[in-house]
Amino acid sequence: MVNIVDRRLNPKDKSLANRQRFIGRARRQILDAVRDVSARRKVADIGQGGEEISIPTDGLQEPGFRKDGGKGLRRHVVPGNKQYVAGDAIARPEGGPGQGGRGGSPQGEGEDAFQFTVSRDEFLDLFFENLELPDLVRTQLTKVEQQGLQRAGYSVSGSPSNLNLARTMRNSLSRRLALKRPRREETRALDEEIDRLERSGKDPERLRALIRLREEQVVRAKRIPYIDPIDLRYNRFDPVPKPISQAVMFCLMDVSGSMTEDMKDLAKRFFMLLYLFLQRRYQHVDIVFIRHTHIAQEVDEDTFFYSRETGGTLVSPALEEMERVLRERYDPADWNIYAAQASDGDNTPADNPAVVDLMESVILPVCRYFAYIEVAEERGWEMTTDLWQVYERLVKAGRPLAMRKVKSRADIFPVFRDLFTPVELRR
Amino acid sequence: MTTNTPLYTGADWDYPLIKKAFDAIERVAIDEMGLDPYPSQVEIISSEQMLDAYSSMGMPLFYRHWSFGKHFARDEMYYRKGMTGLAYEIVINSNPCLCYIMEENTMTMQTLVMAHAAFGHSHFFKNNHLFRSWTDAEGILDYLDFAKAYVAECEERYGLREVERVLDAAHALMSHGVHRYPRRQPLNLHQEMQRKKERRRYEEQTFSDLWRTLPQRTGGPAPRERALDERREALGLPEENLLYFLEKRAPRLQHWQREILRIVRVVSQYFYPQKQTKVMNEGCATAVHYHLMTRLHETGRLTDGAFMEFLHHHTNVVFQPEYDDPRFSGINPYALGFNILQDLKRMCLNPTEEDRRWFPDIAGNGDFLGTWKQAWTEYRDESFILQFLGPKVMRDMRLFSVRDDADEANLVVEAIHDDGGYRDVRRALSAQYDLARHEPDIQVVDVDLSGDRRLILEHRVVDGRLLEASDARQVLRHLATLWGYGVKLHEVDARTDQVLNEFPEVAPAAD
Repeated sequence: MVNIVDRRLNPKDKSLANRQRFIGRARRQILDAVRDVSARRKVADIGQGGEEISIPTDGLQEPGFRKDGGKGLRRHVVPGNKQYVAGDAIARPEGGPGQGGRGGSPQGEGEDAFQFTVSRDEFLDLFFENLELPDLVRTQLTKVEQQGLQRAGYSVSGSPSNLNLARTMRNSLSRRLALKRPRREETRALDEEIDRLERSGKDPERLRALIRLREEQVVRAKRIPYIDPIDLRYNRFDPVPKPISQAVMFCLMDVSGSMTEDMKDLAKRFFMLLYLFLQRRYQHVDIVFIRHTHIAQEVDEDTFFYSRETGGTLVSPALEEMERVLRERYDPADWNIYAAQASDGDNTPADNPAVVDLMESVILPVCRYFAYIEVAEERGWEMTTDLWQVYERLVKAGRPLAMRKVKSRADIFPVFRDLFTPVELRR
Repeated sequence: MTTNTPLYTGADWDYPLIKKAFDAIERVAIDEMGLDPYPSQVEIISSEQMLDAYSSMGMPLFYRHWSFGKHFARDEMYYRKGMTGLAYEIVINSNPCLCYIMEENTMTMQTLVMAHAAFGHSHFFKNNHLFRSWTDAEGILDYLDFAKAYVAECEERYGLREVERVLDAAHALMSHGVHRYPRRQPLNLHQEMQRKKERRRYEEQTFSDLWRTLPQRTGGPAPRERALDERREALGLPEENLLYFLEKRAPRLQHWQREILRIVRVVSQYFYPQKQTKVMNEGCATAVHYHLMTRLHETGRLTDGAFMEFLHHHTNVVFQPEYDDPRFSGINPYALGFNILQDLKRMCLNPTEEDRRWFPDIAGNGDFLGTWKQAWTEYRDESFILQFLGPKVMRDMRLFSVRDDADEANLVVEAIHDDGGYRDVRRALSAQYDLARHEPDIQVVDVDLSGDRRLILEHRVVDGRLLEASDARQVLRHLATLWGYGVKLHEVDARTDQVLNEFPEVAPAAD
């Protein structure tokens, strides 16, 4: 009578549609929470696995007519009486467990914050909502192509290394069956019988017939080869253009004495966000850290963020270093190149022409995008720095360069969004 | 009887084993116990699918709504953090009865779960009078299939937001979308004539000319009153099924919106018996699985090891923390139901003097299965407790009743498990399971369809228990959305008709 059904292979995530509706509904609260998380936590943790977020429940309650837990007369029957007799008075417990444990909470005000986990993908989707690579990059991304190979069925000719054994043997087998090539077992059985008949000397008639048959078989087997050239099949590959799926991201940072820890922290956040963003677009993302004072060098991440250097401030050496790394390791034909520079804007005025020259002739032509953020402590007045002026000129010349000022952690996210919001969505 | 070999030995299960165990259980359940369950369909699911099923009221298919996503998100987080376990099974009141069992369970668990769900719950669903008269086990899955498709189509045609608005509002009124009593069928012409004739005959028989000499009362009720009464009569007021009323009478709803209200109402009605029979339903399933597993062990079909494992799970299920235990969260329906049923069994087989006094019909009748089955068929939680909760269970669970009056500083112990208190404790516990006392009694009392169309609701307050105000205001907003005009709610003391509280009129949100 019983039916046993295995449902384990049925599609999971049946409630995915419900979840999307929920996230859609709580979008505003979730976006706020995500921004909060990005401002509060170490950016390195962001997007590593799911994020647990807590959102206020306005708009998410499911109200219903229910009786107020704090009014009127109620009776509770509870188990586990130890000392009470009828008529005893018990002081009202202060929210703790025990007396009337069921009474208070379920009918009460309900939760004021709702906690749940968003998956990494959902988190990043929200994080990058509406963000698109800049126009320029999008067009280039589709244009820049690489030849790749793609399986395209089978062919009858090809190099031996592409021989498809399974296909070949299948063809061979069906051909042998169709043409009735004698099988080895048949031949062997025939041989044995001939042998036996020869030895016993009985039934010479049959022996002769068998020997004739045997000879026929030998001829037939010779005529019908085990594997014929017409059986051969090769895997076929077609060349197809493939977009480059790797990117390198250069992080340039001024580490001279004028950059405080706070400023570095801001810069770090920006770099990590850019990294996350690129990671979503490309299969593989390399990061190169270049720090500079009046000299520049490529360093690892820890050194980049945490070791102190003193010295003057020259920007061009950093650009030169970047150019060197590019030349040595990252061919623009194979890599999408992004650069992000963080600085407090100081540069020795004499260096400015060199910077312009390097940017215009070397860096910007190969970069998909160059983002410059100027980190500054709250100063109360706006001061235009040397580097800002230099880059502003480049921007005006229509170069793929974006620049913004960042003052506090909370600025990072909006600035980041701003930088990468498609033009048509900008106000 | 030949010596039986154990059904299985290891912890692992496979299909033949499950089938074998099911058949063995079925033999005991049908032949020995005489249970009458629906045919079963056992479905094996993974823990994720269990979470999926959780979020949409345990049903295998359901229309889509954000609130299910919210529940899923919360359940999932609790589960991942290890704060809650998952249920071992989910069972659906349908024909055939669907039992979901989890792949992680051991073979003993699968056996236990099948005994619990496919026989205990299933028998209860098929036989209890509430389920028989209010739910349609044959059609529910088809109906949900229709509902899902219908809501999806509405979403496509009218937009997610529009559908969500209606569903949100309908969900807010869900607990007030059930018929508690069978409705009176409107009379057809033939019946009406019949009635008229009967009345006429009665009047003729009892005619007395003397009445004519009495002075006539002048006027009758004031015309305004009479108009009010006629209006109510025409609209079938007062009406406590708010969703039904809106579906039939709300002036500004589109056809598809009414259909959605209807879907929510049907679902609510379908679950209403389950809300009223938590203790009995779980008690029935627990007592059944306990009996079946014990019988299997006695006949050698379960190894001692498997039986120990079963006992371990079983004791966890019927564990009742005491009121001062941090784990306490109310009375465990499994424990209460199981205890009462086991006590009934004891009374039937080994009655004490006390039992004969309390339950003269049952004590010593020797037929505990018959007594159980009758209880399962004819009662719901409230009446079941009132009828069958015996003094021994109250003593064992050390139940006591506490009066919690918000106007007094202290709580007062009203009755405990002693001779003077048994009946009071029982009455109080029974009332605790009376949904009609639990849920506020809210009715549509008046609406002037030809006038300002304002909808007037009344909450009949019992024991001074007013509505939770902020929630009520939100629900009224939803209500106004559906009604399309202003909505007013006042709270009236059920005993004195004195108005205790009035909510300001809520107008529908402009859209």
